[in-house]
Amino acid sequence: MTTTTLRAGSAPARTGTTDRGPAASRARRKRLLHWIAVHSVAVAAALFFVLPFVFVFLTSVMSDDQAMSGELWPHEWNWSNYATVFATPGFLDWWRNSLMYAGLGTLFTVGSAIPVAYALAKFRFRGRRIAMLLVISTMMLPPQVIVIPMYLVWAQQLHLSGSLWPLIIPMAFGDAYSIFLLRQFLLTIPQEYIESAKVDGCGEVRTLLRIVVPMAKPGIAAVALFQFFYCWNDYFGPQIYAAQNPAAWTLSYGLESFKSAHNVNWNLTMAATLLVMAPVIIVFFFAQKAFVEGVTLTGVKG
Amino acid sequence: MSLVESPERPAATAPRPKAPALRRKHRGQRLRTLGFLSPWLVGFSVFFGYPLLATVYFSFMHYNQIQQPSFVGLRNWKYVFTQMPLFGPALWNTLWLVVVMVALRVVFGLGIGLLVTKIKSGVGFFRTAFYLPYLAPPVAATVAFVFLLNPGTGPVNEILEALGIPAPGWFNDAAWAKPSLVMLSLWGIGDLMVIFMAALLDVPKEQYEAAELDGAGAWARFRYVTWPSITPIVLFAVVTGVVQTMQYYTQALVAGKLASGVTIGPGTVIQPGYPDHSTLTVPQLVYSLGFQNFNTGAACVLSLVLFVIAMAVTTLLMRKRAGLLPAED
Repeated sequence: MTTTTLRAGSAPARTGTTDRGPAASRARRKRLLHWIAVHSVAVAAALFFVLPFVFVFLTSVMSDDQAMSGELWPHEWNWSNYATVFATPGFLDWWRNSLMYAGLGTLFTVGSAIPVAYALAKFRFRGRRIAMLLVISTMMLPPQVIVIPMYLVWAQQLHLSGSLWPLIIPMAFGDAYSIFLLRQFLLTIPQEYIESAKVDGCGEVRTLLRIVVPMAKPGIAAVALFQFFYCWNDYFGPQIYAAQNPAAWTLSYGLESFKSAHNVNWNLTMAATLLVMAPVIIVFFFAQKAFVEGVTLTGVKG
Repeated sequence: MSLVESPERPAATAPRPKAPALRRKHRGQRLRTLGFLSPWLVGFSVFFGYPLLATVYFSFMHYNQIQQPSFVGLRNWKYVFTQMPLFGPALWNTLWLVVVMVALRVVFGLGIGLLVTKIKSGVGFFRTAFYLPYLAPPVAATVAFVFLLNPGTGPVNEILEALGIPAPGWFNDAAWAKPSLVMLSLWGIGDLMVIFMAALLDVPKEQYEAAELDGAGAWARFRYVTWPSITPIVLFAVVTGVVQTMQYYTQALVAGKLASGVTIGPGTVIQPGYPDHSTLTVPQLVYSLGFQNFNTGAACVLSLVLFVIAMAVTTLLMRKRAGLLPAED
């Protein structure tokens, strides 16, 4: 199950177009009808997925009055709405905080997940199965299950609430989902490469850094992307630890309060909404392949 | 951490005496394994093992996060299950969402997955269009949907009214709030689409051709060729969907808050689940109890209820889909 198989879906199934005769023309008509039916459904579905983005965008450039009117098309294009959003006190801080949380979180996660995933995928040791079970169990667990004692430790013993550190620091100690995803990827690397590196006198650390990591780049990219998006999208974490200190809010957390503060300004809110979505969508266009690979790896590999 | 370490100990004290060199090698390997696993070993015990035990401890304590915790036995448990007014609605809403949302997500995701494999022209465009909403940050997607489905001025109701269709109150109507959340969740179906698409393209082509020769129609081909080969993926989607929906929090909370029009600032305590507790989920209740009412004991009881249900589902996953586990086991 790799991305190469996905492309097979686009292969045209046009055969025998040079045939003549009534049977062939019936078949051609049937294929055409099928084509029309499939594409009509696809267009209808695409409207459901795309129109929300379109309406959000159109509203984001409306004037304050028009945004409340329920009209669909902007009378004039107020690009300055975006400047207004950026000028809102705190908004740039939220960007900085989101980037810090997502950037450091991704760095820590990747750094700690690589050795763990490598050991789980390639070392033979007793208790490996149990270790894997525990990884999957933590992956499945709702974050609310353990949040209260963790909060008490960070807030009362370490006095770090009001910042994003309680969210970032744990990521240096292995994130279950990333370990699982990366391990699934490492399983696909043939054992022979690792063994021949050992024969050449590489130690484990060198084998990992010189052979495995370069070969696992697509898997590492997928893990990094998913973790970046997880942090960027996280609402619960910042709500627990950063809620009392607006200077530590992230975009995802701040957006909702932005709406509350601008109670009537749907245009500004929609502009802010698009600005929160933008980085994710831009990154996606540069890294589509890693994404699709990551999703299929978690879902299908086994 | 003993769970992981202990199975290794027998290797060290293996009954058959070993040559010292071999034993040294084994010890070296064990240290190497422990070294590579150490980030996770620390993380698992400090950020998972400890808080889980502490949650059990606090569930038997009266603790308001200011005074010292005091032991109250099963009082928190009794309170949650018999007296707490919001426990019933929260559990009901969570279960409702688990059943309806997961079922519709799987059906819709499979439908879109099938559709994408049938498209001949513009696959790239359609696939991207179907996938992109999955990437939208949940808060942003929710804010957008609260706007789109705004009963007064939202574009959706404007269009419905123009078409002469009676428009519902969506997030502002207790009967429509959960269906609105389901719609929001169907919008972000991209991950399931990719998984199903990959599974569908993996079904051997020859089987379809053989079925066609036997005169099987579209439905028979789906029922007897496609379905048997994708059932493991469907099962996977159902189980992960259930676990995810058990955690359903951000969208329900943000939709409820925004639709209610309450101005939120630090320290504002709002009754979650607007309208009429119809969007209150168990995770929201954990937050509300633990961080707004400072009833740590009751919040921990609810956490454990979530934990038990999530573990039960996970165990089911392990049983039914061994494929998730190391292939060589």
